[in-house]
Amino acid sequence: MMKRLLLSALLPALLGGCAIEPWVKPFERERLADPIMQFQRDALSERHREHIHVVREGARGATGVQGGGCGCN
Amino acid sequence: MGVIDSPPKRLRRSPPGGQRWRTGGAGSAAFAWLLRVFGTLLASLGIAPAQAAVLPDDRAEALLHVYDGGGVRAAGPAFLVRKSLADRVALSAQYYVDAVSNASIDVVTTASPFKETRTAFGLGADYLVRDALLSFSMDSSKEPDYQADTFNLNVSQDVFAGMTTLSIGFGRGRDDVGKKDIGMFDHATHWQYRTGVTQILSPRWLASANFEVVSDDGYLGNPYRAAQEFGAFVPERVPRTRSSRAVKLRAIGDIGEAGNRLAVRGEFRHYWDTWDIKAETLEFGASRYFGSQWLADASLRYYTQSKALFYSDNAPQQNLYVTRNRQLGQFNSIGLNLKTTYTFGGAAAKYGTKLSGGYEFKKFSFKDFTDLRTGQPYSHNAHVLQVYVSATY
Amino acid sequence: MKRFLVPLLVLLFAAGNVFAAVAPQSPAPDFTLKSLEGKNLRLAEQRGNVVLVNFWASWCGPCKVEMPHLNKLYDKYRAAGFTMLGVNVDEDPRTAIGAAGKLAVRFPVLFDADKLVSKLYDLQSMPATVLIDRDGRVRYLHRGYREGMEEAYDKQIRELVKE
Repeated sequence: MMKRLLLSALLPALLGGCAIEPWVKPFERERLADPIMQFQRDALSERHREHIHVVREGARGATGVQGGGCGCN
Repeated sequence: MGVIDSPPKRLRRSPPGGQRWRTGGAGSAAFAWLLRVFGTLLASLGIAPAQAAVLPDDRAEALLHVYDGGGVRAAGPAFLVRKSLADRVALSAQYYVDAVSNASIDVVTTASPFKETRTAFGLGADYLVRDALLSFSMDSSKEPDYQADTFNLNVSQDVFAGMTTLSIGFGRGRDDVGKKDIGMFDHATHWQYRTGVTQILSPRWLASANFEVVSDDGYLGNPYRAAQEFGAFVPERVPRTRSSRAVKLRAIGDIGEAGNRLAVRGEFRHYWDTWDIKAETLEFGASRYFGSQWLADASLRYYTQSKALFYSDNAPQQNLYVTRNRQLGQFNSIGLNLKTTYTFGGAAAKYGTKLSGGYEFKKFSFKDFTDLRTGQPYSHNAHVLQVYVSATY
Repeated sequence: MKRFLVPLLVLLFAAGNVFAAVAPQSPAPDFTLKSLEGKNLRLAEQRGNVVLVNFWASWCGPCKVEMPHLNKLYDKYRAAGFTMLGVNVDEDPRTAIGAAGKLAVRFPVLFDADKLVSKLYDLQSMPATVLIDRDGRVRYLHRGYREGMEEAYDKQIRELVKE
């Protein structure tokens, strides 16, 4: 409990007060703002692709795509 | 469809020692912990000024998708519409149709080819609350013998002057499982807990880490699928619980020049679950602009998994659980994906209209699943085609 | 945990002293940038007018939402000794010209492709709006753009113009 309180009190100073300065300024984010820098650019297309993987493979999750299930076999 | 004559034999052996079949309980404990950590972080950062998060943009998309591999052909349209209201809420709706023609090896060797159509629709809402984005969505998928309803909730918050984005999410699905000529006979529930962090590394590089727990409860098998025991076909017997974890690390960077940008990305996912399946996914991709109207994407994906504990091509002894679902066996797959996008000029440019075409070639190689027609380990190719048009307004 | 308390407290106090290059009542750093028309524009030459400097970019969503409001304010107060400067920070000025055309920007657009002026003003957000009075002193600083902020701009411009 004490640890959490201490953490809550100090985090704003460390993060909000920027003891570690954000090293990429807001005006330097042009390339990061480009659509090709998104991990998933087209939601519908990614969803379909992920659906194929979930149905044809045993693994699932951690892909950033949330969807529903189906009885696909 | 599937022909199952003999009922499952009475269970005689106890589950393999040391294996704990976890239920959604362990998953929810992990989620509660995640919530506490996230809550502390959010509470303490409420004071700090953060870069404003933005709503996803208004969009309309129409997609035609085709999957052709291993005797299964699935094709259909999909639609997405999203509109924002008062710069605070974005509402979206999706519709998806899958017309499936199934002549896969399971179907061909143990039953007969069939056709069916699956329809799915979903509604979503994204709320912008100061610097956090709250997303709700509900999806419903319907087949003649399977109904799945899912609810998802995600929260994402920009912190540290927008350098870092933290996200946490939760999903719950409820399925009605049925069988032709019998109707709905059982249920399945699914729980998903997700958390992720995206970090700006430099003006050109981004990295992210995602963690997801999925827990399933209920009927998790396939009422049409047969397993093999001592060379005879029996209905498969699959555990009624499953719990999985997945960790994914990704990085993406712009290595192009000012004129034509080139983004490269790498992803790695490690997966493990209580059915003893372990899987690794590795993907590399690149996207490059060619002039002001063309965009090309290429990616290579490698997937490998180890078999589930109770998977067997032809079980030599009787266990509590047995399955011959090759998707739970040991196999790997490799895929090469190529995509092109064209942005229209002229009048259509006002709406940022784009046309995309993508093709993926996949090859599946199964290590312990025998093609009963040839006696060799089974392998097959798959072709995935996507053509879609999208506009923003 | 106690061992780290003193160093953490020091960090806390150090973190509190954030150096701001541009603070209210301090003189606005002077700069000269090339404008869309082709000629150089210098901030100090605007002394005597109330100046609103808006830092924007073609890739910044809120900047584009803000632009029509800035256009309206420019039209409203330009006859009363008020001028507006739109400093664009795109890497490629051609993208900036395209965006300015699409948004129908009516006030002067300046190119800061090297980001020198952005660094000089130590921008903490995109967009960023600085209101400078007739004596060349920074009076108001706005970070980002949220719906309704144009009303605050309107009030502040009116106050400065009346001085």
